[in-house]
Amino acid sequence: MNDKTRFMLKKLLLYSFLFTVVVWIVLPIIVSILYAFSSKLDYYDPQKVIPTHYTTQWVKTLLFTLGAWDGIKNSVIVAILTIIISFSLGIPAGYAIAKFIFPGKDTIKLSIIALRMFPIPVMAIPLVVLYIKLNLIDTLLGVALAHTAMALPFVVLITSSIFAGVSKELEEAAMVFGVTRLGAFFRITLPLALPGLAAAAMFTFVMSWNEVFVASILTLKNRTLPAQILSIMAGSSGGAAPPYYKFAAAFIMTLPAMIFIFFARKYLVSMWGITLK
Amino acid sequence: MKLRLPYLLLLPAVLYLVFFIGYPLVQALYLAFTQNGHFTLDNVRRTIGDPYFWQALKYTIALAVVIIPIQLFLALILAVVMNRTFKGKDLALYALIIPLTISDVAGGLIWYTMLTDAGFLNKLLLNLGLITQPIHFFGYEYRNMEFLAIVIEELWRATAIVFVIILAGLQMISKEYLEAAEVFGADYWTRMRKIVIPLLKPSIQSALIIRTLFAMQVFGVVWILAGRDIPVLAGEGFYQLTFIKDYGVASIYALTIAALSILLGAMYVKFLKAEYLEVRT
Repeated sequence: MNDKTRFMLKKLLLYSFLFTVVVWIVLPIIVSILYAFSSKLDYYDPQKVIPTHYTTQWVKTLLFTLGAWDGIKNSVIVAILTIIISFSLGIPAGYAIAKFIFPGKDTIKLSIIALRMFPIPVMAIPLVVLYIKLNLIDTLLGVALAHTAMALPFVVLITSSIFAGVSKELEEAAMVFGVTRLGAFFRITLPLALPGLAAAAMFTFVMSWNEVFVASILTLKNRTLPAQILSIMAGSSGGAAPPYYKFAAAFIMTLPAMIFIFFARKYLVSMWGITLK
Repeated sequence: MKLRLPYLLLLPAVLYLVFFIGYPLVQALYLAFTQNGHFTLDNVRRTIGDPYFWQALKYTIALAVVIIPIQLFLALILAVVMNRTFKGKDLALYALIIPLTISDVAGGLIWYTMLTDAGFLNKLLLNLGLITQPIHFFGYEYRNMEFLAIVIEELWRATAIVFVIILAGLQMISKEYLEAAEVFGADYWTRMRKIVIPLLKPSIQSALIIRTLFAMQVFGVVWILAGRDIPVLAGEGFYQLTFIKDYGVASIYALTIAALSILLGAMYVKFLKAEYLEVRT
């Protein structure tokens, strides 16, 4: 075997491996979308691996009869509240970490990084007691407050890496010309950081949109979408939900998150404290 | 004033986190170990007397033990492959990170579509003539298959996070080290073993910790695909709280997850000894 064939063979191997993995990831998503719109007959027809007759009936029933539309509305409200609260707390903190040097900075930073991994069930279960006392149980604000605790470490890390990317000189130049630090922040740093912050907002949205444990525990009637879906179709109890509703539910839950991340994919990795180039 | 400013900026976020993490921990201890204001081990006795507790502990750990090594292995290969330049790389990268956006509940539903009796996989295999009867994945009598379905879903959904962390670590390794080694005659595997893997250790450690701690709180996918057929710690905590309304026992589940997380996190830090806790911007 000469070098050239060996090279070609390696390339072929590499491409076929990658192709397999990409298919393995993408295929289930495509299949679940097709099945979400499959007619009942096609679904139960053992010959039809790929359905040929389509209907929007399942998605519509799920949305308007089974309450997924209300779930979506609740999820959006919770996610927006989470973005507002976590950004108003997280942006100053991210700015402080990016632009100042002070004693104890590393410890604070390390604690925030470690808190990304804080187990949510541990927070949610005891929180119920407090929420009952404060009348926050079964409210969207209550869920948003808990989601903020989950999202805040990420918001601080992302915003600090975004602010660190905005050159200090610009801000200092403005301050030399008599603008206050606050003025410089609002007129220089913030506008330059805006695209990054928009991406961070999308991540926060997706995190809150996807979160199910806290939402299921803290609400009963005002359920977010995942909590609503979980209560209708969980394995043992809700096995009764016909399968095509499950496919429709997967479709409704996945679509917005995938679109958001497509726009924000560049920033995906600074979420975990690291940047992809 | 100038010295105090960063602390003032950090204070709201830090206070918020301290409250939302500190308060539940204290409250959980209180709920778990007191009754009418007196110290009691009743809840502990009730929890450990329940076979579901041990099952949950067993399955939570078993899932992690099966899933995480495969994920690490897959992610390492993928990261090495994706660290080259080739045609269509951006598209492949996007495809590989799509699962990061998918929640565990949605992931469970998607794999239900694939694996259920009239689902894609069974129909495909039937039509190809590879099987004559559908393979049953769901139902109490097929618990091992449910376990397998959860493993498949988690490999599909949660390998991406390991991959992303390792790829980022790989990209930070200076090409000069590798070139130098090549000049001195090190072949591909030697370079891998002596340079890439050691330098990658912090990323691997970070990825392992994150994945392991998330595995300790696995819930949505299990609840969707198996319900309580396969009990897990978070699921039992959820069940005790919402169905049984036993706050004490639910709190013990919460504390068990917390204790396991701390224990495993500490073990990784000790045994893999690395400086992973650095923000790299």
